[in-house]
Amino acid sequence: MTIHSSLTPDHAFLAGAGQEDHHDDGSTTTLGFWIYLMSDCILFAALFAGFVVLRGQTAGGPAGRDLFDLSYVAVETGCLLLSSLSYGLAMIAAHRHRQTQVLAWLGVTLVLGLLFMGLELHEFRELIAEGAGPDRSAFLSGYFTLVGTHGLHVTAGMAWMVVLIGHVLHRGLSSDNLVRLTCLSLFWHFLDVVWIGVFTVVYLLGAA
Amino acid sequence: MFGKLTLDAIPFHQPIIMGTLACVGLGGIVLLALITRFRLWRPLWTRWLTSVDHKAIGIMYIILAMVMLMRGFADALMMRSQQALASVGGAAGYLPPEHYDQIFTAHGVIMIFFMAMPFIVGLMNLVVPLQIGARDVAFPYLNNLSLWLTAAGAVLINLSLGVGEFARTGWLAYPPLSEAAYSPGVGVDYYLWSLQISGLGTLLAGINMITTILKMRAPGMTMMRMPVFTWTSLCANMLIVAAFPILTATLAMLSLDRYLGMHFFTNDGGGNPMMYVNLIWAWGHPEVYILVLPCFGIFSEVVATFSSKRLFGYKSMVYATVCITVLSFLVWLHHFFTMGSGANVNAFFGITTMIISIPTGVKIFNWLFTMYRGRVQFTPPILWTMGFLVTFTIGGMTGVLTAVPPADFVLHNSLFLIAHFHNAIIGGVVFGCMAGFNYWFPKAFGFRLDERLGKVSFWCWLTGFYLAFMPLYALGLMGMTRRLNHVDNPVWHVYLLVAMAGALVIFCGILAQIAQIAVSIRNRKALADLTGDPWNARTLEWSVSSPAPFYNFAETPRVSGRDSFWEAKVTGEAYRPPARYGAIHMPSNTGTGVILSAFATVLGFALVWQIWWLAIVALAGAIVVTIVHSFNENRAYSVPGDVVARTESAFQQQLTA
Repeated sequence: MTIHSSLTPDHAFLAGAGQEDHHDDGSTTTLGFWIYLMSDCILFAALFAGFVVLRGQTAGGPAGRDLFDLSYVAVETGCLLLSSLSYGLAMIAAHRHRQTQVLAWLGVTLVLGLLFMGLELHEFRELIAEGAGPDRSAFLSGYFTLVGTHGLHVTAGMAWMVVLIGHVLHRGLSSDNLVRLTCLSLFWHFLDVVWIGVFTVVYLLGAA
Repeated sequence: MFGKLTLDAIPFHQPIIMGTLACVGLGGIVLLALITRFRLWRPLWTRWLTSVDHKAIGIMYIILAMVMLMRGFADALMMRSQQALASVGGAAGYLPPEHYDQIFTAHGVIMIFFMAMPFIVGLMNLVVPLQIGARDVAFPYLNNLSLWLTAAGAVLINLSLGVGEFARTGWLAYPPLSEAAYSPGVGVDYYLWSLQISGLGTLLAGINMITTILKMRAPGMTMMRMPVFTWTSLCANMLIVAAFPILTATLAMLSLDRYLGMHFFTNDGGGNPMMYVNLIWAWGHPEVYILVLPCFGIFSEVVATFSSKRLFGYKSMVYATVCITVLSFLVWLHHFFTMGSGANVNAFFGITTMIISIPTGVKIFNWLFTMYRGRVQFTPPILWTMGFLVTFTIGGMTGVLTAVPPADFVLHNSLFLIAHFHNAIIGGVVFGCMAGFNYWFPKAFGFRLDERLGKVSFWCWLTGFYLAFMPLYALGLMGMTRRLNHVDNPVWHVYLLVAMAGALVIFCGILAQIAQIAVSIRNRKALADLTGDPWNARTLEWSVSSPAPFYNFAETPRVSGRDSFWEAKVTGEAYRPPARYGAIHMPSNTGTGVILSAFATVLGFALVWQIWWLAIVALAGAIVVTIVHSFNENRAYSVPGDVVARTESAFQQQLTA
């Protein structure tokens, strides 16, 4: 959260240093944000690696096939994929300078994101109630950490989205806000891509 | 209410620690009193702490590094003296094992994370924007935040001295020793949170610097026209962005083991301690190159400048740097050949390790050929460079030796290894930082450093280094392992005495450096650099006045080749003022970075002691400050053209005077 919102604001400075007449088109901020996303990608890579190494280490406890309900996760996945679509529609509206539409699609994205997080937390609670909490085995430690880190990112993204709605209400679709929307868009789609990995590696391969 | 924190956390019964605390406390009070007495709080806040100027931030990074060098070196002196005392006649020395273990851990952590890293990041901050002809970095506010997050980590690690304890695990905190079962105290938690907070600062600094180099170069400066220091900085920062997230994830997993009873690296529950060792070195080996690559860049600048020649083999230098960058991710397993990965895996990593010495060798030859038939001026920066060439080559060769897996089975965890990596890190990184410090000091402050004391310092460091570490090679071959609190072996005793003497000679070198700075400040009039180009140098940072004006360049320079300032001096284009000075857009200072880092420090402290309400308050505070900052639209101001014109004409008068 801290990282994301602190990256966005500085873009107006000095891009193309010294070309006073040439206002930054936001490409510097966007590039910086891309680089941040790549670092986040490596963070997830480390967690994926940890999960894969520990996947079979159930310590006599339940394994993936005993725990995962693929149709439940499919609904979860559907929510997140649809939220990416609705964010995409928000961006199209933003480029057409339709503020109300932007806010509406951001609202839809937020609701879908909340649904996703609700489903995920519900799943976590069920697992812990069944005695399959993160301290049960190395496999479950890896599972909760990987899926939970993704969930934490989604939560941060939603908090950022709320702040950004505030920005758009405050200043409209200014060039600053368009850059912010673009960065959050990158972030949100990135989380979608990571989730595809989670869905495949954790759930599909785990339930098989 | 206060979690695990009680009054017992303060080590009243340990005279060494209490004495240190008393000195630090007294020093701190005197410093605060002096700042108050001379009414320096306001300038300190407005001109330094809240500054978004990359030069001020670079200087503050280097000050942090130098302060932490004192701390880390005090640890080194204690270790050397303890081993010298406790190696004969069954003597136990003056440091009990549980304290000694904290000292060698703190020494490693401080020297790598809070001495070498801030020094390197500081030099990059100070120099790179000037070398590429930019006004500032891409994200000036973020730069300030990075500095203060690093400082927050340093504050936390120093707090552990007086409140609680530090880790007793060695600088990489291998599990299962670092797990809650075997290290139940707060030492490892201090380790974890100080590294997480400063690591975040480093990551943000890396993102910032890459964006700066890729997007903000002056027109005409193509990639293959960038100064070599900028190239090596780019590669080092790419390594930061690629490697530090692995550290973050690994330390986070260890924290989850310790705080929530998970089983990533535990002995029970299916955990895998060997995974930690793999992950931490997948960060740790690139980290070595994060530190040394920028130093290679410094040596390249210094060698070319003081030989008054173009750098020999610019292209091969760049390609060698890029090769090292890629290869640095393919060698991590050589840190634990003995862990049992099998002969074929060990052979693969042994070979990749030896391959990495090839591009490094290319660089060594490039520096030598640059000096060959040059008019080498023996100033302190070039002395450090020549000391590096010899010392680092020896360190590299012992490295190739330990890269042979069968040999490593003998040398692993012995003092031979300790001697090897100090040989590479002191010879490479410390000598590089000192060369860069002496070289760019005039650009930061407007006067040169005293040469005579600089040379004294160099010779003390060089002889001290060999005295301190050559005996360790021998001891390693004789079978002495690392991290021993006491041994009883009269043969080893002599070697340990020599090593102790070497540490004292290095101490003289550090004292000479302090004296060098003090004397140079006193003689700053005589040492003043009026031209902005005291060394007759080649790159853009020397084309502006010393100290550089806060806007760096009155007009964005146009670059038409490598060593463009040198070319401009040859053709007479240098120093030519533009027809008129336009207004300059500059970022405004902000206190947000300081405030956020203060919250981060409190957050780290609360997490170490498990004071949950305080952790929640600190985190919430940080989030609120971030959000409020994002609504601040007042981020930049305009410097009128006539202010620029006045500053520049003063410089022009200095030039002609």
